[in-house]
Amino acid sequence: MSATAGAPVERTHALALLRDMIRVRRFEEKCAELYSAGRIRGFLHLYIGEEACAVGAVQALGPEDAVVATYREHGHALVRGVDPGRLMAEMFGMREGCSRGRGGSMHIFDAAARFYGGNAIVGGGLPVAVGLALADRMQGRQRVTACFFGEGAVAEGEFHESLNLAALWKLPVLFLCENNLYAMGTRIDLSQSQTDVHARAAGYRIPAAVVDGMDVLAVERAVREAAASVREGGPYLLELRTYRFRAHSMFDPELYRSKSEVIAWMARGPIVTFTARLRAQGLLEDADLESIEAEVAREIDEAVAFAEAGTPEPAADLLRDVYVEAAP
Amino acid sequence: MSPARAKTSYREALREALREAMQEDPRVFLMGEDVGRYGGSYAVSKGLLEEFGPDRIRDTPLSESAFVGAGIGAAMGGMRPIVEIMTVNFSLLALDQIMNNAATVHHMSGGQVSVPLVIRMATGAGRQLAAQHSHSLEGWYAHIPGLRIVTPATVEDARGMLPTALACPDPVLMFENALLYNLEAELPPDAGAVDIDRAAVRRDGETLSVITYGGSLGKCLTAADLLARDGIEAEVIDLRSLRPLDDATVLQSVRRTRRALLVDEGWRSGSLAAEISARIMEQAFYDLDAPVARVCAAEVPIPYARHLEEAALPQPETIAAAARSLVAEHV
Repeated sequence: MSATAGAPVERTHALALLRDMIRVRRFEEKCAELYSAGRIRGFLHLYIGEEACAVGAVQALGPEDAVVATYREHGHALVRGVDPGRLMAEMFGMREGCSRGRGGSMHIFDAAARFYGGNAIVGGGLPVAVGLALADRMQGRQRVTACFFGEGAVAEGEFHESLNLAALWKLPVLFLCENNLYAMGTRIDLSQSQTDVHARAAGYRIPAAVVDGMDVLAVERAVREAAASVREGGPYLLELRTYRFRAHSMFDPELYRSKSEVIAWMARGPIVTFTARLRAQGLLEDADLESIEAEVAREIDEAVAFAEAGTPEPAADLLRDVYVEAAP
Repeated sequence: MSPARAKTSYREALREALREAMQEDPRVFLMGEDVGRYGGSYAVSKGLLEEFGPDRIRDTPLSESAFVGAGIGAAMGGMRPIVEIMTVNFSLLALDQIMNNAATVHHMSGGQVSVPLVIRMATGAGRQLAAQHSHSLEGWYAHIPGLRIVTPATVEDARGMLPTALACPDPVLMFENALLYNLEAELPPDAGAVDIDRAAVRRDGETLSVITYGGSLGKCLTAADLLARDGIEAEVIDLRSLRPLDDATVLQSVRRTRRALLVDEGWRSGSLAAEISARIMEQAFYDLDAPVARVCAAEVPIPYARHLEEAALPQPETIAAAARSLVAEHV
């Protein structure tokens, strides 16, 4: 696993990464609060602890590339450039939401950002990512489709079918496995015969690597290399080793793991470690952090205000967007 | 006297529709199991690989979920894919993609993303292929909002439904009853696109309305000929599209004949025939002279033995018998 501790980092860039991780963290903390207050309903899956994965990875993609994500995708959407207000309005079920209140937390879409969900069937996004990449290939476009999924998806047939097809047709898909060790409440070694996810790629002749998903710089570097490989010749599987600090969803009593395990991982948290490292290197002052926090707080307040000012779609419009073309 | 026109088979009509679509639109491509080198499991795409090359006639692995999902993604990415699933039986392996993605993405994304995808598949029983290769699930797929379901039952529709389906911005599932591939008819030289949302009256009649689709159309027309000998004139309606359903054509006929017989190769319980029956009750109850009647597949996994399979499926004789009793038993 590559590590970047001690490697030089440019200050502006480092602060941008830190800022993005803090944005995701604070946004989700606000979501949890609003969930408890009954403003957000349905399922809400928090990404807290895994921020370095989305921030590092999306940083390494270009605006023309596509992103396919899972139901734990608020962070990916935010750093991909989905407007925070529209994101929050979606969770409020408002017409101003990025999916007009039709998707909610699990189905964030933004065509302009080439953000294709928000897929809540484990493994269901992988074939779609293969198809997006196929469309690029057939139309002669040099773009990457980055497909995020959890290690739970690796047990699904769609993972294997998709890796095979992408490799067979040499399609530009970057498979990004966020391995947070638990498929809901089932630990990886209790559900998979091979717990090194990246090792699965060899069976499909797909190049692969594993990276510390708690280290934002390592993720960024690994994704940059992986994306370059994809642009040159076909799919790549990158395993990002990470950990979810919060429960699977708001309904999860967390009976399947110990407090001490969570605490040990929290000590390795992507924000706390990156902050300490930047301080040690003299790249981060208290004032920087205060300014980031203030800026992020303002952005989130604005997002919540936007969502609160949203309008519920009239029930008379219930049937819109089932079809593009209404039947005569 | 005009020269006799050559007959075209249902299979050839589909192939011609595919060829024309590929020629006219570079975004169109075909993918599925054995569509290329093998020529298609039912020989529909025979010769197209040589004509269009492996980039546009794509043989896929036996990975229904992946290649249907890839069709969805490619459609989202600006292509106009035609995915062939060898038979409806195997479509169950891709049900997640069809139902959870193709049917939902447009709505779930608030209208931002659409899936202009055509999925073709063979359907139906009648060839002694036993339970796992004899499903008729088109009525079941018609349950799903977000999909359009078409069932070409004639050579003309085999030729004309594909271009319309490709022009449609929504996912369209096209069910080709496997017993129809050898059906032949004369096609006009300018045969082309037809609508995909209207039912068609295939035979005019005054005594009762027989409402059917797909592989059962021919059986209903045969039954109508049998009935005509007894002076019973059946109007035969081919639904053509199972979603959306053309209520207007059905109701117009039923209001006139005052009797409705539904013929459906799907199982009776929860069938498309049940849905049409309900719509007739809701909208034309007081116009009826008799309860709506149904001839459906028996509630059994389709058996192998010929006589058992025949007994499980609607047949011209059972359709005619149901029609006679519908006409005789009520005033």
